[in-house]
Amino acid sequence: MPDFPPDLRYARTHEWVRVEGTRATVGISDYAQTQLGDVVYVELPEIGTHVEFESEIAVVESVKAASDIYAPVTGEIVDTNDELDSAPETVNADPYGDGWFFVVEMSDDELSSDLLTAEAYEVLCQEEGE
Amino acid sequence: MRTPLSNLHVEAGARFIEFAGWEMPVHYGSQLEEHHAVRNNSGCFDVSHMAVVDIDQHPGEQLLRRLLVCDVSRLNIGHAAYALMLNERGGIVDDLIAYRREKGYRLVINAGTTQKDLDWIARHAKEQHSIGVARHRAELCIIAVQGPQAIEITSTLLGLQGLKELESFSFVEHERYFVSRTGYTGEDGVEIISSSEAALDLWSRLTANGVQPVGLGARDSLRLEAGLNLYGHDMKEDTNPFECRVAWTIDWGDRDRGFIGRSAIEPLRKEGAATKLVGLKLTERGIPREGFSVRTEAGTGVVTSGTFSPTLKQGIALARVPVSARGECHVEVRRKPIPAKITRLPFVHKRN
Repeated sequence: MPDFPPDLRYARTHEWVRVEGTRATVGISDYAQTQLGDVVYVELPEIGTHVEFESEIAVVESVKAASDIYAPVTGEIVDTNDELDSAPETVNADPYGDGWFFVVEMSDDELSSDLLTAEAYEVLCQEEGE
Repeated sequence: MRTPLSNLHVEAGARFIEFAGWEMPVHYGSQLEEHHAVRNNSGCFDVSHMAVVDIDQHPGEQLLRRLLVCDVSRLNIGHAAYALMLNERGGIVDDLIAYRREKGYRLVINAGTTQKDLDWIARHAKEQHSIGVARHRAELCIIAVQGPQAIEITSTLLGLQGLKELESFSFVEHERYFVSRTGYTGEDGVEIISSSEAALDLWSRLTANGVQPVGLGARDSLRLEAGLNLYGHDMKEDTNPFECRVAWTIDWGDRDRGFIGRSAIEPLRKEGAATKLVGLKLTERGIPREGFSVRTEAGTGVVTSGTFSPTLKQGIALARVPVSARGECHVEVRRKPIPAKITRLPFVHKRN
């Protein structure tokens, strides 16, 4: 069974967000990585890039397919996980930890109300799986 | 449809996909690990979705000499051939393996083409007044065991000492098992046809002895690394053997043998085809997928199947390109041209 940590917020497009102060760390959910299968490439944005909520910002490519990653917050990219270049399998092994994608310095104070709680996101995943 | 081994796959944690009307394991956790297990140790595949067709010696031999590009009358008992069935235009109806048994022939055909092939065979059998000469053995299972350790493990489990000496493309019928030295991975190994009970026994013993179950995901990346075509993707009814790197399967020897498609494609022996199937390696990051366009100096082409090669750790593909294309080219990956090279096949050689 996939894991849905309660302290995170989730986009309908399967990204998770962890907020610490004004910074948001972003990755893809455990459910998403099981759906994708083995991840072989992650294409990350450059530091300094401005991102808009729900805009395409990264690509994750698995043995099965390439998928776009959408920004769950608006702001500026301040850090990216370069380890994924040489070890993309980290996304499968530890999606909420070492498998993070990038950090955004948020320009909005509040998270979008479109982002789901763990509970609501789990329901969404169950519906998708049916 | 599910194969008789399906419950064992569920227990092993398989994820299933729909394939040609079958629910088949795509992987049992990690496609990449399964791929490496076959390259480095051994893996087993449930390929019971493929169809076994048994054909009587007489008048089946005459029928097969007309249906197949190989001349089955030249196959010795205990030997097999990779062969094609063509339509009248010389397009490929299916690729298959034909086995010459003591009494009659056995074909193993693709899952996705089973009904089409059975209809095709029946139609031509009828023309030859030999209705009922071919029997679809839907009750049989097929297990492939592949990898550098496959032969040793299989010979021990089946008590079949001679397996090491068995040549490639030959087979033995041993107790409940029809064991053939064939495969679809580029590795040493066997494909084993049996009743479902015998298959359940064998599968349990294989996995209990450390043979990794492998799903269709790794089956595809293994065959692509080995440069082997997949029917319906790299070759179809509207492509001929010269366009698909499989003209070597044709036995032109007996001039009087009018196999179906012969008159349509014989001129190509001199003229050659307009397109060819080549191997491509992406030299930068990206995975070529079926349908992606290929730009060469000789014109455009298309990826017929592609994947991430777990062994080479780069994108590889089979692509249909103009016959004069060579060297450097580009594959359009998600609107970006990624540099690639036309490469000799196979991409990965068996280690000796």
